[in-house]
Amino acid sequence: RLKNPLLFEQEQLFLPVWQICRFCWLFLLVCRLHGRYHEMAPNVVPMDYTKDPDVKLPMQLIINMPELKENPFKERIVESFSEDGEGSLSFNDFVDMFSVLSEMAPRELKAIYAFKIYDFNTDNFICKADLEKTLNKLTREELTAEEITLVCEKVIEEADMDGDGKLGFADFENMISKAPDFLRYYFKKNRVSCILAGMF
Amino acid sequence: MSGLGAAAGPGWQRDSGGLSLLARGAARRRTLWVSCRSCPAASRRGGAAGHSGAPAGPAGHRRQPRDPARALPQETGEQAECPARELPVCMAEKRRTRHSQQAETECLSRWEKWRRTSRKSLKKALSEVKGLSSYLVLWRRDIHSIEGKFGTGIQSYFSFLRFLVLLNFIIFILMFSFVTLPTIISKYGLFNSTIAYISPKNTDICTIYKPSGNKGLVYFYTYLKDLLSGTGFLEVTSLFYGYYSIDAVWISIMRYNLPLAYLLATFAYLALSFLWIIKRSVEGFKHNLVHDADPFQSYCNKVFAGWDFCITDLSAARLKHRSLQHELQTDLQEEKLKQKIAERGMGEKLRIYSLRIFINIIVIAILSGCFYSIYRVTVFSQENSNDIDSANSQVNLLVQYLPSMVITLANFIGPLIFEFLIKFEEYTPAFEIKLTLLRCVFVRLASIGVLLFSLWSQISGCGSDKCKPCGYNYKLYPCWESDVGQEMYKLMIFDFIVILAVALFADFPRKLLVTHCSCKLVQWFGQKEFAISDNVLEIIYGQTICFIGTFFSPLLPAIATIKYFIIFYVKKIVLIHTRKPAAKPIRASSSNFFFLVVLLIGLLLAFVPLAFSIARIPSSKACGPFMNFNTSWEVIPDTILGFPTGLQQFLFGISSEAFAVPFFVILCIIMFYVIALARAHKRVVEQLREQLVLESRDKMFLIRKIAEAQK
Repeated sequence: RLKNPLLFEQEQLFLPVWQICRFCWLFLLVCRLHGRYHEMAPNVVPMDYTKDPDVKLPMQLIINMPELKENPFKERIVESFSEDGEGSLSFNDFVDMFSVLSEMAPRELKAIYAFKIYDFNTDNFICKADLEKTLNKLTREELTAEEITLVCEKVIEEADMDGDGKLGFADFENMISKAPDFLRYYFKKNRVSCILAGMF
Repeated sequence: MSGLGAAAGPGWQRDSGGLSLLARGAARRRTLWVSCRSCPAASRRGGAAGHSGAPAGPAGHRRQPRDPARALPQETGEQAECPARELPVCMAEKRRTRHSQQAETECLSRWEKWRRTSRKSLKKALSEVKGLSSYLVLWRRDIHSIEGKFGTGIQSYFSFLRFLVLLNFIIFILMFSFVTLPTIISKYGLFNSTIAYISPKNTDICTIYKPSGNKGLVYFYTYLKDLLSGTGFLEVTSLFYGYYSIDAVWISIMRYNLPLAYLLATFAYLALSFLWIIKRSVEGFKHNLVHDADPFQSYCNKVFAGWDFCITDLSAARLKHRSLQHELQTDLQEEKLKQKIAERGMGEKLRIYSLRIFINIIVIAILSGCFYSIYRVTVFSQENSNDIDSANSQVNLLVQYLPSMVITLANFIGPLIFEFLIKFEEYTPAFEIKLTLLRCVFVRLASIGVLLFSLWSQISGCGSDKCKPCGYNYKLYPCWESDVGQEMYKLMIFDFIVILAVALFADFPRKLLVTHCSCKLVQWFGQKEFAISDNVLEIIYGQTICFIGTFFSPLLPAIATIKYFIIFYVKKIVLIHTRKPAAKPIRASSSNFFFLVVLLIGLLLAFVPLAFSIARIPSSKACGPFMNFNTSWEVIPDTILGFPTGLQQFLFGISSEAFAVPFFVILCIIMFYVIALARAHKRVVEQLREQLVLESRDKMFLIRKIAEAQK
């Protein structure tokens, strides 16, 4: 019922056995994803995708998913993956989101999306205002204003390479490559792909 | 911002924050990097110069996620090598990219096509193999889950434990296959092998050795006692040095020189451990050299990589929020403290320095007290364990274990005292942790050293001419290597028992008490935090014992492997059931590099007693493979004398001063050169950082100039 998903490539006609297995596994993953997408709004999402329907689910439904519910950045995550930037995801965007969130995506790709998520005002820089919003979301606004200012200053001091007072993507990527917790906590993991797989 | 974009010429694209010439590169590349929003407009290929700047007008405030995309590593001029799925664009664009890539492949020659496809499949195969091999890593899933629940600090402890299990296993394989296996093969006559026992050169009093391997009916209790203390039936097994009184093993016509193999296997396992530890610590060392700050403690790491994206549980989320808040607040407090320290006046400084000197003197006094007591207890234990008859078996066992108990007590009390004292010294929190750790490391490793020293003083204790005939105290220690092996064995067993006992009798009852008893005192006592450094020092202490003891007891690494294997599961269960994820973050030095450095110190410490036993103390004449040699080391010059003359001269030349001194000088020169190189690289890194700042200022300047020119 789904068209050829773009999660893998086939260069040769002759597929070795392991690639066939991987194909099957990925196909099942996508089917499972479709199941999750469908159950969020059974009346709107069709079961048959052969005609490529133009269905988008609003952000409110998606941020109530159990995987994203407790995440303080859930709105930003959904906005980064939506085509129109408003947070409504088509099924393609939905699959895209989980593919980047899984452990299969490379570090560079995760860094790009991490940057998008932390860039609240979407000006391609993480400025002080973005940092303040990030901190407030992380600590649920328990820090005092003075503490927030201090931490923002420290972060910019540590990461800003070119001295413009805000973090461009080059600064962010350089900093995140040194952060040991990035690949461990961020966007990784068995749990997400287990939810996708459903069978493990 | 938008005005500038529109006014800039077709060749110039406005990088937010800078300018870059997009005239370079294929048009193809431009369309690859087009943002989602321009998808419908991007159906035409090539030449669309205004893509990135196109929605500059009314949509200029909408997101333009092209800047991060441009930072993707791409080879200049060539077709993008990365697969379509790794591009940060929307699905429709990925499909288009894939079609275009496939279309291009059609136009290439067959050779190019084949080369490209084979390269892609090779890369994919390699990544599959890598992925699969990571599944074969021992305890991968356990450590993963621990990391997810308790953080990277505790996970580093378990990874270190896993490394030690592997290290011990490899050492065991080494010793077993070169020393024990030939012995067993020849003893049972397998593969047409015969054994040649050592016939003592002269039968004098030195060669009398009657180990009391249990014969006949004995109590079960005696077996248990022997198992725990390595005496009795265990003393004559292949566990200890005394079993290997073999000169050579003949396998059909080949002669296998067992004494030489024994010594060389010892050197081999020491060298192997040394190289493996250094190899693992190189990564951390490189990192420490360039970046002075601990990456775990940086603010960026906490803010951007602090949130665990796998948390789905409300209480876990609340805990994480609180933990992050505490971490950031603690960091800020540390900053304030550092500032306060920097602002100290003269009088204050004097007071603090004198206080520190006083406290260090107290620490030294305590340590000397500990070491002296260990010495006395060891001497007492050695003297009395041979005197008391087997009727008082319980007391005998207690006396035998007395050194281990005192060492464990010292290792337990020492850190508590140090933690208490360091508060008065008023260092920064980070330095406090380091200094306490250093002192604890010193206590643990030095106590082993003191034990061995007291053993040696007993063995070579030649008051009243006890050791004239043999060079060592032959009355008390006819087979002194087995005796040392037994001490090491006892230390290891006791260490293991203590770890299990603490888990069973201290952690679980404490957790039960805290959960079910709600009286204030108990709640204030609270659940114990998982002290990473203490646990790591514990296992490093056990590993040092193993390093030293393997020469005297070749099967000790097997016991160590099993011990660490069981400890992994015990600690994991204790962690999961009695510790909750800390609301306050663990501010210990949890870097892997630190653990490996301390392990290396333990290994280097192990070299000293081994070198002493092998080269200085006469080997026992009553047992072991070195019966007919003066010292254990002598087997090597002996073997060399059997080599052809040319090789002999070469080998003797290498060990002479004429060679050693210049060699040492050259090594020093190389080391200084490498250090200078490292310093130069560090300077270059600093310079490059400054250059980045200058470059961005230049960019700003140029933008301003252009803006002025536009007006």
